[in-house]
Amino acid sequence: MLSRTADHLYWMARYIERAENMARVLDVTYNMSLVPNAAQNEADLWEPALQIAGGLDAYRQDYGEVTAAGVVRYMSMDTQHPSSIYCALRSARENARAVRVTLSAETWENINALWLEFSQFVGMDLMQKGLGEFCDWVKARSHLFRGVSFGTMLRDDAFRFLRLGTFIERADNTARLLDVKYHLLLPDDEEVGGAVDYYEWSAVLRSVSAFQAYQKVFNDAIEPWRVAELLVLREDMPRSLHACFSEITPILDQLDGRHSSECRRLAGELHARLRYGRMNDIFQDGLHEFLSDFIESNNNLGAEIQRTFLNAPIGA
Amino acid sequence: MDTAAKKPFDEMYLQDEAVRSIYAGYAAWLSNVPHHQLESKRQEAELLFRRVGITFNVYGEDAGSERLIPFDVVPRLLSAREWDRLSQGAIQRVKALNMFLHDIYHDQAIIKAGIVPPKILANSQYRPEMFGVDVPKGIYAHVAGIDLVRTGENDFHVLEDNLRTPSGVSYMLENRKMMMRLFPELFRSYQIEPVEHYPQVLLNNLRAVAQAGVQEPTVVLLTPGAYNSAYFEHAFIAQQMGIELVEGQDLFVRNNAVYMRTTEGPKRVDVIYRRIDDDFIDPLSFRPDSMLGVPGLLSVYRNGGVALANAVGTGVADDKDTYIYVPEMIRFYLGEEPILSNVPTYQLSKEDDLKYVLDHLSELVVKEVQGSGGYGMLVGPAASRQELEEFRLRIISNPSNYIAQPTLALSTCPTLVEKGVAPRHVDLRPFVLSGKSVTLVPGALCRVALREGSLVVNSSQGGGTKDTWILKD
Repeated sequence: MLSRTADHLYWMARYIERAENMARVLDVTYNMSLVPNAAQNEADLWEPALQIAGGLDAYRQDYGEVTAAGVVRYMSMDTQHPSSIYCALRSARENARAVRVTLSAETWENINALWLEFSQFVGMDLMQKGLGEFCDWVKARSHLFRGVSFGTMLRDDAFRFLRLGTFIERADNTARLLDVKYHLLLPDDEEVGGAVDYYEWSAVLRSVSAFQAYQKVFNDAIEPWRVAELLVLREDMPRSLHACFSEITPILDQLDGRHSSECRRLAGELHARLRYGRMNDIFQDGLHEFLSDFIESNNNLGAEIQRTFLNAPIGA
Repeated sequence: MDTAAKKPFDEMYLQDEAVRSIYAGYAAWLSNVPHHQLESKRQEAELLFRRVGITFNVYGEDAGSERLIPFDVVPRLLSAREWDRLSQGAIQRVKALNMFLHDIYHDQAIIKAGIVPPKILANSQYRPEMFGVDVPKGIYAHVAGIDLVRTGENDFHVLEDNLRTPSGVSYMLENRKMMMRLFPELFRSYQIEPVEHYPQVLLNNLRAVAQAGVQEPTVVLLTPGAYNSAYFEHAFIAQQMGIELVEGQDLFVRNNAVYMRTTEGPKRVDVIYRRIDDDFIDPLSFRPDSMLGVPGLLSVYRNGGVALANAVGTGVADDKDTYIYVPEMIRFYLGEEPILSNVPTYQLSKEDDLKYVLDHLSELVVKEVQGSGGYGMLVGPAASRQELEEFRLRIISNPSNYIAQPTLALSTCPTLVEKGVAPRHVDLRPFVLSGKSVTLVPGALCRVALREGSLVVNSSQGGGTKDTWILKD
């Protein structure tokens, strides 16, 4: 298939996944802000959301002080900064439009409808009313996108690049979320497993739809290392790093292997770490170090995919 | 405004309000459908078009803004007999135009015979790069859109020929699909000629112009990209033909061949159905600032390494300056009398014509010679005094840039508007396909000027479209 087509498919899926993850982060942060907690001020609460989205510096430059209203606007409707949900969905739709021929008709119409529906939120004061509704809507549209593409698209390279985009992005987002939260909650001198705030950790779980899963799997109080285990090593948890790489590795194997040996090597290496790693060892070396390294390796894999198959980088 | 006073020919009603026989059944049906029901069908269509993304981009508005072309739920009907004459006339015309293009880039016999003046070679659309180049099967205009207007029962005129990258065929196909969805009962009761095989005919023609010896030619559609006004159409047709939709950046030239960049490495391209104008197709040969084209494409094309449809240099034949010679071309190349007539045309480069036009500006339609899409056009009877004076100055400053034609009383067709069903002016663009033979599918794009009394049907100027039904006898 055309490299440019593959590129559009891959980024379309990445942008939709990114929008979903930002909606998740916004949603739980907002819910957290409703829990009385004297220890945290507004900036402390909302800054991590920006860190996860990777836009803290840009935010400070244009918005100044970190406030709830500012972060919500920045991450939802800002039309200038690429890290808003608005921009992610717009990019997704632009990419989809460029390859509407390659998508199944239902998939294209679904993304087009998403963009048409988006207008109902434009101009709405999300902080006053409707943030929850907005975030639910973004998540639902993302679910719908995956469902309709999974249910209607031929299992060819187009489908593979689309899925590849979804899981590379999801792995990145889950790792960032965990890293930012974990770092924040555990002061440097405090031992892992010390006192943690139940609400904080349940919020982390909820942000990746893992709250119920946690209870099913561990059936116990929420402990940070178990949360980490669930989101890093558990293959049966669909947003975990391991689960993402269990999708990515076979896709890369199926794509024409002529140039992709380096992609497969990088992916295989990461996959092995997640598959055979032990949580104790990860904690021993430091979860933050592990996650930073993972984020970097995942980025390298993304760059290698870009270089090998897509060769015309657009977006970030 | 004397033209508006005389009632124009109507497709459905005769002057005495009797129904023309071709419309008999439909008119009876229409009179039984309440307005609100038609209106709800119209809304349903609009919703579907928007959801599917059948939109076009409007230049000069916000970047990337997309609009729907208004779709009218009342079809235009033509009898098989009417269609036979129109299609034969269009085929005759395209045959002559293809022969003219071959001639003008080879022997130039028509100039030597004194039928077309030599100054045509100075036309900016004439491409000296194409002189002496043999294009596959001698076909230049693989796809031609012939714009027809009607002024009476048997009076059809060719308004212009579109031989570069004519667009609109996707609306012919999508409008039909929409009508079948909205009014299946009508398709059961009438024998309406199908048009859905258009992409297949086109694909066969395109495959046929690949270099000899290529077994499974790779055909692609070259688009300027997602921001082009006709992007939907490019995507749609590529999909219907099952070929890759490529942009200039996807193609490159190596060893006298064109390749596309794929995830599995370079792949040879044999035929390019290009929807990019000559000027932008190869920055090495034409506009050096073009980001849309493929550097080196023209040289491969000239050497036969790739086929282009339409050929480079067709613009010289559909130019408004050349238009006046087409009836003579038909006589010269085919030895036949033209089946379809031209609209009488004044060339403002001629002193007598210029004087007449300036004296009668308020009665005439004036067009830029190389304008298209309804831009840079004056409709005298509809223009204000100020507009007339402004245009007069523009003409005087550069007369040879303009032609003028009498304001034709374009036929009207019943159309759904806010107040109900009312007559609106229409034109017709059938698409003529040249391959082993020259053919049309029995259908056309019908454009309608939705504003009351307006004669401008271009979508960029508020025109809409209708489905066109050719009814079997």
